[in-house]
Amino acid sequence: MNVSDQKRLLREMIFYRRFEERSFEAYMERKIGGFLHLYSGQEAVATGVLEMARCGHDYVITGYRDHVHAMKAGAPAREVMAELYGKVTGSSRGRGGSMHIFDPTVNFMGGYALVGQPFPLAAGLALACKHKGTDQIAICFLGDGANNQGTFHETLNMASLWKLPVLFVCENNLYAIGTRIDRSSAVTDQYKRVGAYNIPSSQHDGQDIDVVMTAARDAIAHVRGGKGPYFIEFMTYRQRGHSMSDSNAYRSKEEERKWLERDPINIYGDRLKKAKVLTDADIAAMEKAVLDEIENEIVRFAEESPEPRVEDLNLYCLDDHPDPRWIGPLSQGDHNG
Amino acid sequence: MAEIAYWEAIRRAHDEELANDRMVIAMGEDIGVAGGTYKATSGLYQKYGPDRIIDTPISENSYTGIGIGASMAGMRPIIEIMSINFALLALDTLINAAAKIRYMSGGRASCPIVMRTPGGTAHQLAAQHSARLARMFMSTPGLRVVTPRGPLDAYGMLKSAVRCNDPVIIIEHESMYNMRGEVPDQETFRPLEGAEIVRVGTDVTLIGYNYSVHLCLAAAEKLAAMGVSAEVLDLRALRPIDRDTIRRSVEKTHKVVIAEEDEATVGVGSEIISIIIEECFFALDTQPVRVHAADVPVPYNRQMEKAAIPNADDVLAAALKVLGRV
Repeated sequence: MNVSDQKRLLREMIFYRRFEERSFEAYMERKIGGFLHLYSGQEAVATGVLEMARCGHDYVITGYRDHVHAMKAGAPAREVMAELYGKVTGSSRGRGGSMHIFDPTVNFMGGYALVGQPFPLAAGLALACKHKGTDQIAICFLGDGANNQGTFHETLNMASLWKLPVLFVCENNLYAIGTRIDRSSAVTDQYKRVGAYNIPSSQHDGQDIDVVMTAARDAIAHVRGGKGPYFIEFMTYRQRGHSMSDSNAYRSKEEERKWLERDPINIYGDRLKKAKVLTDADIAAMEKAVLDEIENEIVRFAEESPEPRVEDLNLYCLDDHPDPRWIGPLSQGDHNG
Repeated sequence: MAEIAYWEAIRRAHDEELANDRMVIAMGEDIGVAGGTYKATSGLYQKYGPDRIIDTPISENSYTGIGIGASMAGMRPIIEIMSINFALLALDTLINAAAKIRYMSGGRASCPIVMRTPGGTAHQLAAQHSARLARMFMSTPGLRVVTPRGPLDAYGMLKSAVRCNDPVIIIEHESMYNMRGEVPDQETFRPLEGAEIVRVGTDVTLIGYNYSVHLCLAAAEKLAAMGVSAEVLDLRALRPIDRDTIRRSVEKTHKVVIAEEDEATVGVGSEIISIIIEECFFALDTQPVRVHAADVPVPYNRQMEKAAIPNADDVLAAALKVLGRV
């Protein structure tokens, strides 16, 4: 990877961290409502995996902790922030909110709040890629908690049986909301659970983006090469609670401290400094530029954007411009009476 | 114009739509090599191959979800669920995903799937194979729900459902697959909205959907012999529902019976009565009467099963009651 890409990757991860922290502030100011699940601490996973994918070409789908996946997949950051604000300029026109960011123009097919629901949707996207004969793949990001849903087992079985081009990325952050993995999963190494379905799998450090990229590159090559699905597990940790309403009382301070020492941004920043790619001053300047961009472009856009019109409440329930040939109503001549 | 069976009508719609568009696929349990439990896809595996007629494992929630995901990327899956009872396993993907994706994406994504399934009591299949559940899908925004009563709608509504950009639930009935009726030889589409007056009358309106339309028609015959002119209205679509045709019929006859094979509570009949009260309360001569299933899980015993499910005589008795003849 060349030096300018390395700098860009570090900047992206800093941007995602500041984006999440700024949305936390807006949440505390009650400018963002609902639930807000932040990705701080896990940035290397989505950033590294999708760096190796062909964003805009491959399909990406995930759960409710979806802001960073959407942005790295290509959704404009200001539209993601506007969606958190519930504005009509948001990724989902203010109808989805934090948990339901969509941008099909870049094949980001959504964030979903039902744990495990994206497994079959991802396999379906992959089925479509295979059916059309394109070289696209589907990438499904979910947490370790999702693997205790039936959809995990059902979907892995079908994805393997039908050799679907789908990459399952398990972001193992050790907690299913507030329940630690050894209290919810009989097998704590998630990649081992996949063996029953004849799908190759592996486990890697999710805090070091270089490790993530190397592992993802190989996994994506497997999937894109027509060899069927791959399951890749990254060990990671969320630095904040599950969502804003989380007291975080279930984790020890010692554990949190240990993982903070393995902050993905610091790991990569230190490496680039050691390699003389960047200096401390460069990183400080990068931080400042990111903060300026978030404040002056991203947040301003969200704050200044209009609300959706309440009279548009009923839009998007069904196709708003259906073809009358399929919909009707019945003409008088159609009545058999 | 040929007379064909309900299952043949469904099979023909599949065949035509599969031939028309390579993005159309069918998926479900035993639909391929085995030809389908009700023969609705028989011979199509041989004609279109395993990539388009997909035999799935018994994993209703996830294979339905796979169909939904494929539809988001441009495919047109026709998903068969062998019994509506099993559709309960797929409610997460149907109600939490398919019905909501267009809305929660601000209209940027859509799920043009068709889910076909038989709902209804047949022949002593007992509680876990006899559910109706139409009212549950009917109450879900973001879905279309249709209930073809015979081969013409079974054929023409399936074809429209495949072309339509919304998720469409087609509720069939185990006791109707061998029912015969005329279907035009040339390609025909039947609209997914609009109730149909299937028998014109002036004295009382009998409202049904799916199998219960046939109970209404049989009751209307008996009423005719008694000198009563009954109008029979087939709802055809439970969502969106055709309020105008209901109102026009009630304004003509002033008396209403609603026949449903489902239980009454929070049901189709309750909804129709609400619509009538909202649309044309003062057109009513007397209170409407619902004919419906007993409020119990469907029993296995033949006599008890018959007692639990409405028949044509029950519709006749209800009609006589609203006519003041009892």
